[in-house]
Amino acid sequence: MKYLGLVAAGAALMIATAAPASAQQSTLDAVKAKDFVQCGVNTGLPGFSAPDSQGVWRGIDVDVCRAVAAAVLGDANKVRFTPLTAQQRFTALQSGEIDILSRNTTWTLSRDASLGIDFVGVNFYDGQGFMVPKKLGVKSAKELNGASVCVQPGTTTELNLTDYFRANNMEFTPVVIELLAEVTGAYFAGRCDVYTTDVSGLASTRMAQAPNPDDHVILPEVISKEPLGPSVRQGDDRWADIVRWSLYAMLEAEELGLTSKNIDEHLNSQNPSIQRFVGATGDFGKMLGVDNKWAYNIVKQVGNYAESYERNIAPLGIERGINKLWRDGGLMYPMPIR
Amino acid sequence: MASRPQTVRRPPTAGVNLSLNNPTVRAILYQIVVVGAVGLVVWYLVSNTIENLETRRIATGFGFLDREAGLPIGESVIPYSPADTYARALFVGLLNTLRVALIGIVLATLLGTIVGIARLSSNWLVAQTARVYVEVLRNLPLLLQLLFWWTLFRDLFPGPRQAITPLPGVFLSNRGVQLPAILWQPGYGYVLGAFVIGVIAAVAVSRWAKRRQASTGQQFPVLWVSLALILGVPGITFMAIGAPFALEQPELRGFNFVGGVTLTPEFAALLVGLVTYTAAFIAEIVRSGILAVNQGQWEAALALGLRRGQVLRLVVLPQALRVIVPPTTSQYLNLTKNSSLAVAIGYPDIVSVANTMLNQTGQAIEGIAIIMAVYLTISLSISAFMNWYNRHIALVER
Repeated sequence: MKYLGLVAAGAALMIATAAPASAQQSTLDAVKAKDFVQCGVNTGLPGFSAPDSQGVWRGIDVDVCRAVAAAVLGDANKVRFTPLTAQQRFTALQSGEIDILSRNTTWTLSRDASLGIDFVGVNFYDGQGFMVPKKLGVKSAKELNGASVCVQPGTTTELNLTDYFRANNMEFTPVVIELLAEVTGAYFAGRCDVYTTDVSGLASTRMAQAPNPDDHVILPEVISKEPLGPSVRQGDDRWADIVRWSLYAMLEAEELGLTSKNIDEHLNSQNPSIQRFVGATGDFGKMLGVDNKWAYNIVKQVGNYAESYERNIAPLGIERGINKLWRDGGLMYPMPIR
Repeated sequence: MASRPQTVRRPPTAGVNLSLNNPTVRAILYQIVVVGAVGLVVWYLVSNTIENLETRRIATGFGFLDREAGLPIGESVIPYSPADTYARALFVGLLNTLRVALIGIVLATLLGTIVGIARLSSNWLVAQTARVYVEVLRNLPLLLQLLFWWTLFRDLFPGPRQAITPLPGVFLSNRGVQLPAILWQPGYGYVLGAFVIGVIAAVAVSRWAKRRQASTGQQFPVLWVSLALILGVPGITFMAIGAPFALEQPELRGFNFVGGVTLTPEFAALLVGLVTYTAAFIAEIVRSGILAVNQGQWEAALALGLRRGQVLRLVVLPQALRVIVPPTTSQYLNLTKNSSLAVAIGYPDIVSVANTMLNQTGQAIEGIAIIMAVYLTISLSISAFMNWYNRHIALVER
């Protein structure tokens, strides 16, 4: 009977689709097979991730992805970028649409524990602040009672904002808009009195979008801790290790004084730390599952952390501050490569 | 005839024939197989999803609805603070969606009907204006129109400190339109009761007048008497309780206006955008409905001595409605679903709130399921109402 055949075909289809669902392919193998890293970035936040006038993505978050591509594939340009809004980012990572989420994302417990993602490190220590037009004459965030506040949804910013106003017994009217360009547009059009996000984001927006940057002030209060860093899907520890150590390699290079310009001169260095770093001794790349010249490729093609910072963040007028290396009084402390 | 062999057809026996030769048995068997297969597919998808979420350690379930939301929501029909639960935040979003959808449907119907009739006007200017309106509005993407209205409302008016005051107590600024609010007085309950009585009385009068006209042919000024009942009865009650009346005036305090009623630029932009866009489609439906009525109906009614307005109201529209209502139902559904574009301009509708919620909790599947359930419920309710109305106005053959 032809109907029985149909039923059998249906059953076969179900069995076929059931099998691959249980076995997950490793991200490292998938990346090597497709020969590029798919990286989730911001839709456009100068300094962190934004396309330049030639359409090339630039920024400190972009450099993390380029470093991973250099380590895994030996070419920092083998990255494809997926611009994501704050609301889309976690779903994109969970669903496997991207391999790394490097989109100025705050590391928090609930995100680490309940979203099925793992944060691997911090590439920028930030804090939330407020920006207001200078002509309002506001000097402190404590004077903001009754203000209209522009904010992006789906962020820790949104939650910190309500916490801060509740803690200080103040009222505010939120204007919540998803797209960054629209929310900053609304602020500059005067739809809100205040724009709030991470201080670096405020500086970036003021520099890049304000008709006259001097007309806007960033208030002195920093109301939260915002450790921003890349994250990967939970359950793929090897891939998490690669992203984590790619980030450390950029910091370690700064500590060792290796830059994209001088690393070739140090290839035959007698310093054992540098020998390990450039892959002359030890099999550190092999342990990670990549080439032994992984760290050399990162520094040669992307640069060390200081170079990335100077290139991307310094033009926004943001001091290095707590993002200095530990030995210079900052929080950046790479774990030893050995 | 009597010589036909007995073997050709036996009368059905009392026992049940369970063999596969019985078409009824075969039909039931196929039904069971199909339902079983569909059930298996659903079970497979659901269990597979749950298993995958577990292996990726993504939280599941609807427990998060009872947790504190912490989300700020810009406008709300009911009292809301960030200390409330996610469930309440979603409810606020749902009410915001319903608010813009219901007001939008009423206004789009009015505007669409006017424009549709205007397109058939014998006045060249009126007809061409309506035509340009329809062709421009329905051929531009709705999202573009929403952004246009929003930018317009945002940039047209000055900041709150330089607000325009066309009437005392009315302020126009880029924060929206501020209107004085009428404060509820103790006697207003009676006025509301009187209004309900007035409406019931008006309905009774119009039924009585219809019956009387049917039996005696005498007409009765139903419109004026109804208007007097609906407005007069509560009016007299209002005077009788001493006409208590107080306004809450909005005033500029600090950054913004405090008190009164606020019509935000986001709500205004969404409402205007949805109404003008949907009205263009409804106008075409109304026009097609009127054109669908045979010209002979007009001529016959005019020959009976009815005025043009009466012909339209008593003869043409009742027939046209049968053509108009079904496609208009889908325009209502479109308007409701299009209201989800509110996300782009920052109006806190259900999609906006649920999106934020699923982002803060990371529970995308549950969030999307809630959004789908909400839209399905709203759409099916509108559909059910319009189907009832369609049956109500269907041509009754006598």
